[in-house]
Amino acid sequence: MGRFGRIDSLLRDRTALAGLVLVSLFVLVGFIAPVITGHDPNLIDAVRRLEGPSRAHPLGTDNLGRDMLSRLAYGARWSLGAVAIATALIMSIGVSVGTLAGFYGGLLDEGVMRVVDVLLAFPSLLLAIAIAGMLGTGMTSVIIALTIVWWASYARIVRGMVLSIRQRDFVTAAKSLGAGDLHIVVYHILPNIFAPVAILATVEMGELILAVAGLGFLGIGVQPPAPEWGTMVNDGRSYIMSAPQLMIYPGLAISLAVIGFNLLGDGLRDIFDPRGLSDRHWLNSHGQQ
Amino acid sequence: MAQASLSTYLLRRFVSLVPVWIGVSILAFVVANLAPGDPAQMILQRETGEPPSAEAVRQLRGELGLDAPPVVRYVRWVRQAITGDLGRSYRTGLPVTTTLIGAFPNTLRLTLTALLLGVIVALPLGVLAAVRRNTAFDQLSRILALVGTSVPSFLLGYLLILFFAVMLGVLPATGSDGWRYLVLPALTLALSEAGALTRLTRAGMLEVLREDYLVTARAKGVGTRSVLMRHALRNAVNPIVSLAGVRLGRLLGGAFIVETIFARPGIGKTVVDSIQDRDYPTIQGFIVVMGTLFVVINLAVDIFHHWLDPRIREQSAAAVPAARQ
Repeated sequence: MGRFGRIDSLLRDRTALAGLVLVSLFVLVGFIAPVITGHDPNLIDAVRRLEGPSRAHPLGTDNLGRDMLSRLAYGARWSLGAVAIATALIMSIGVSVGTLAGFYGGLLDEGVMRVVDVLLAFPSLLLAIAIAGMLGTGMTSVIIALTIVWWASYARIVRGMVLSIRQRDFVTAAKSLGAGDLHIVVYHILPNIFAPVAILATVEMGELILAVAGLGFLGIGVQPPAPEWGTMVNDGRSYIMSAPQLMIYPGLAISLAVIGFNLLGDGLRDIFDPRGLSDRHWLNSHGQQ
Repeated sequence: MAQASLSTYLLRRFVSLVPVWIGVSILAFVVANLAPGDPAQMILQRETGEPPSAEAVRQLRGELGLDAPPVVRYVRWVRQAITGDLGRSYRTGLPVTTTLIGAFPNTLRLTLTALLLGVIVALPLGVLAAVRRNTAFDQLSRILALVGTSVPSFLLGYLLILFFAVMLGVLPATGSDGWRYLVLPALTLALSEAGALTRLTRAGMLEVLREDYLVTARAKGVGTRSVLMRHALRNAVNPIVSLAGVRLGRLLGGAFIVETIFARPGIGKTVVDSIQDRDYPTIQGFIVVMGTLFVVINLAVDIFHHWLDPRIREQSAAAVPAARQ
């Protein structure tokens, strides 16, 4: 780490902390959305269209007179909720498949890795758009599409880790003591891949938020009147001249949430990866469009 | 000798792509056939505006070859696809191949410009960030990377439209004739690319700067600038090429959103329209073309590395799979 070691790790911790604060804030907003404003996010009020900020509506109203602040707050439920469910599915599938492939090897491994190769042969968002589009609109399609596309990278990474852990002394020792496969996987392998997988999941959550929002924006994700952030930006497009805040507010909400996850992920990776290879992930990130 | 090993390598890599490509084509077919609903029924309904008779649907299914079992339809489709015939769009009736080729130049122009802009910003900034670690340059590169990867392109795109087209009125917001229409969409895409590229340049430079030959060059009294340009940057370029190649594939696909914002006719817009209309042949064709393109770009990147760095030649004897995405 050299001369700047201490300052560096301090900065890194602050990065992680800033990320953690942002992420917690959004999760909290999602949970207490009803308490924040007391407005129904879908209540149309034709008289109060496109109003500016007021005491009743701190961020004004949208083109249908709906309260912007409530829509943004409830939007956290849609966006983060979709991402949380998708991440849980992706991790379960990716970790199980990757562990099986790495642990048993052979034909199973070959087969699984070819499927992974194919899935990784596409830009993620593009494949997600095609799958979600064909499945039809709605939250379930979005989650299924993201899961189909995203599990593969977890499987590949987990497989690699399992391959190297399998050869470590403590696994050999456990085997020679007569431990069964399940015991080895549960007690020796999974605990060792937990931290890297958790970090990966944190970093990828930012990308998943962008993917959910991107699908919503293109009109093939969550449908209006649901206050999903990407869908809200899409809804606000016709008002870019008269009321640009209809797009800017949800756009900022997406940005801040993603920044939160990225900061948290980067911070965690720096703390857990003392070799300072953290910049390498830019090569591998799904990126956004 | 070098020639021989390169051609063996090429052949080997090429052969390894065949199963991936078969998988890509199966995936394209499955995705397009996942959709609920009968395309024949939808086409007829769209044409006449009312629910078609069962007889008419059966007849059209026959004409489109939809009554054959999926495996037969897949084989038929692949056989035609290899000759460049991806079928006809249900929506427009035009050959899918013609539609994609027609939309391609617009998208390519956009993505290449964006990538070029990204590299122009990222190279100097990344080098400065590495050489002057923990200074303002380094912070700037961090912020750029964070913003570039976190701010959705639709927010960025509309902010650029608001500022340059609405407030200043110096650039057109939507359309596609002439370079002035290219500036804002290319900037939108480039900003998110520049962040990732800058961080990678920085990481590459940092790694190279620690290498013995650089320390030696410096000890011999070679000037800093010369060290940077002649030795360091040359070696740091490697990962940047990887990333640029990888990103080009993503950009091509991901121009979707930017093309939608700026109403530019291109691949992304074509496909989003097709998805909304459940135009299977176009979607199927698009997925297979993108997959193929992506696989080819990965191959090109590998070959470039192979050619650039003799050390990788040894490693790749073990048939290293293409870089992750």
